[in-house]
Amino acid sequence: MKALVKGAGVAGLTLAFELASHGADVTVIEKRHRLAGSASWAAGGMLAPWCERESAEEAVVTLGRLALDWWDSILPGQVVRTGTLVAAPARDTGELDRFARRTAGFATIGEEAVAALEPDLAGRFRRGLFFAEEAHLDPRRALVSLKDRLVGMGVRFEFGYGAVRVPETIDIEADCTGIAAGVPDLRGVRGEMLLLHAPEVSLARPVRLLHPRFPVYVVPRADHLFMVGATMIESNASEPVTARSMMELLGAAYALHPAFGEAEIVEAGVGVRPAFADNLPRVSREGNRISINGLYRHGFLLAPAMARQAADMIFSTQRELAHAPHH
Amino acid sequence: MLELYGQKFSSRLLLGTALYPSPAIMADAVEAARNEIVTVSLRREAAGGRTGGKFWSLIQSLGVRVLPNTAGCHSVKEAVTTAQMAREVFATNWIKLEVIGNHDTLQPDVFGLVEAAGILSGDGFEVFPYTTDDLVVAERLLEAGCKLLMPWCAPIGSARGPQNVDALRSLRGHFPDVPLIVDAGIGRPSHAAAVMELGYDAVLLNTAVAKAGDPIAMAGAFAKAIEAGREAFLAGPLEPRDMAVPSTPVIGMAAFS
Ligand SMILES: Cc1cc2nc3c(=O)[nH]c(=O)nc-3n(C[C@H](O)[C@H](O)[C@H](O)COP(=O)(O)OP(=O)(O)OC[C@H]3O[C@@H](n4cnc5c(N)ncnc54)[C@H](O)[C@@H]3O)c2cc1C
Repeated sequence: MKALVKGAGVAGLTLAFELASHGADVTVIEKRHRLAGSASWAAGGMLAPWCERESAEEAVVTLGRLALDWWDSILPGQVVRTGTLVAAPARDTGELDRFARRTAGFATIGEEAVAALEPDLAGRFRRGLFFAEEAHLDPRRALVSLKDRLVGMGVRFEFGYGAVRVPETIDIEADCTGIAAGVPDLRGVRGEMLLLHAPEVSLARPVRLLHPRFPVYVVPRADHLFMVGATMIESNASEPVTARSMMELLGAAYALHPAFGEAEIVEAGVGVRPAFADNLPRVSREGNRISINGLYRHGFLLAPAMARQAADMIFSTQRELAHAPHH
Repeated sequence: MLELYGQKFSSRLLLGTALYPSPAIMADAVEAARNEIVTVSLRREAAGGRTGGKFWSLIQSLGVRVLPNTAGCHSVKEAVTTAQMAREVFATNWIKLEVIGNHDTLQPDVFGLVEAAGILSGDGFEVFPYTTDDLVVAERLLEAGCKLLMPWCAPIGSARGPQNVDALRSLRGHFPDVPLIVDAGIGRPSHAAAVMELGYDAVLLNTAVAKAGDPIAMAGAFAKAIEAGREAFLAGPLEPRDMAVPSTPVIGMAAFS
């Protein structure tokens, strides 16, 4: 079976993997010249289904929990299973109670336990929620490694519009173009993020700092790089980060640890999350065209489950066709 | 019927559209409350009106009246410019005017508010000013051209409910014919019922519904409380007394047996 996957974001690459590992002959075409620049490239890389439940439906937990093992088995060593720490400034501890009411799978911990988990935060938070089962990965490293892995499996990649040569005979075409798909009820939710280099700060896990208006998280990456995210703005605009958003993100990082004040701003990025009205992703199919979209805040978390659903749909109809009586 | 700048409404709940788990849940909450007016932030939700197109058409599809707001504005100039942009984007003269004086508490800058209200009223806007419960500021806002007032009952997002009932009562007493809408500070349906019992005309909410465990059910609960508060006000509630007063005559009964 020949498959064409449009879009090399997390949706396209995970689907390419599922199709190729079922033996399909896969070509991925990507409009841009490189992997960088998609919404997936801007992501935090948190695999945090229990925390996300705070503002999402139960499906995000049931489908999302599969993602940790999926990434772990495909990119061994990249999934960091150190959990998530949720904290709030002293005057916003009410937010911590609200978060706790809306979620499960955590332990409420005191000052000493916070310090034991994150020595750099010692004395800064009297109370926190620890989601021990959660994990994170570096999304850019994961996308690049997944692409390399796919190439090793025989998947062809065509980058840049000009280079696109659509194979003449394809059995299935998959649209994984994110916000560019132009599906009628798909909307963009703009997310702004910063990449900081803070040699003085060490964190072992993502920390979510609650705030009634701008909750922010900080995800540690290798070499004292930190991803600080993210705004949520109802907009398709991919223009540069605004000063206001930058101040909010930096203000939160600074509230988490004053040493972030000395950090270098390595990058200020923007991604447009594709979302449907219920903020849940969809696999849809029409003839030999299939699409995965609407991953919203949960690209790395839900793409594996969506890719599996899509692959199941494709291969079960393949089997039906193969066994159908001939006339 | 609630009458705001010549428009009549049967619902006395104005609902904000921010902070919901998803637009679908927001739309269901609006329906559950049989809500007729929603507020939308040009800056925070629609990215300055540039390309929040999908969200905006989703709001339009609710078939409710839109009250754009100037949330996030800290100066008269910013608020006036934002109001003008909102008029273009949302095609309405209505504007909920917020001029923030304190970044942290989002307390209104009442001086800037009066000034901006004057400029916008002069420019043909129908201004809904988000103010404190201060009586003199209220007078100045009316002088500046506002035909209604939106006092807080507690700081924005604090969910504390009415903090200064006497000030709210005094506003109602001084301006019997001006529509008064409590904006900010309501956390629970009982708070909403309490201000409606004082004779307030309507309540504006966002966080209390959007961040509830079940926003749709909470929107319905608020709608009922607001209706109950309104009916209670019209029915004339008893005034509290210092001592118990039996509801049946005591004389002649074996009260001391
Ligand atoms: C700031 C931010 C933080 C986030 N943090 C997290 C997180 O911590 N965890 C998590 O799970 N999710 C997170 N997300 C969400 C996640 O990034 C998105 O859900 C996900 O990236 C969407 O993936 P996608 O493949 O559908 O779209 P994209 O990543 O946008 O990929 C679509 C690709 O299709 C290409 N394309 C477009 N048109 C065409 C065409 N005609 N032909 C070929 N190619 C085309 C595009 O160039 C693009 O590369 C975050 C998002 C943002 C913005």
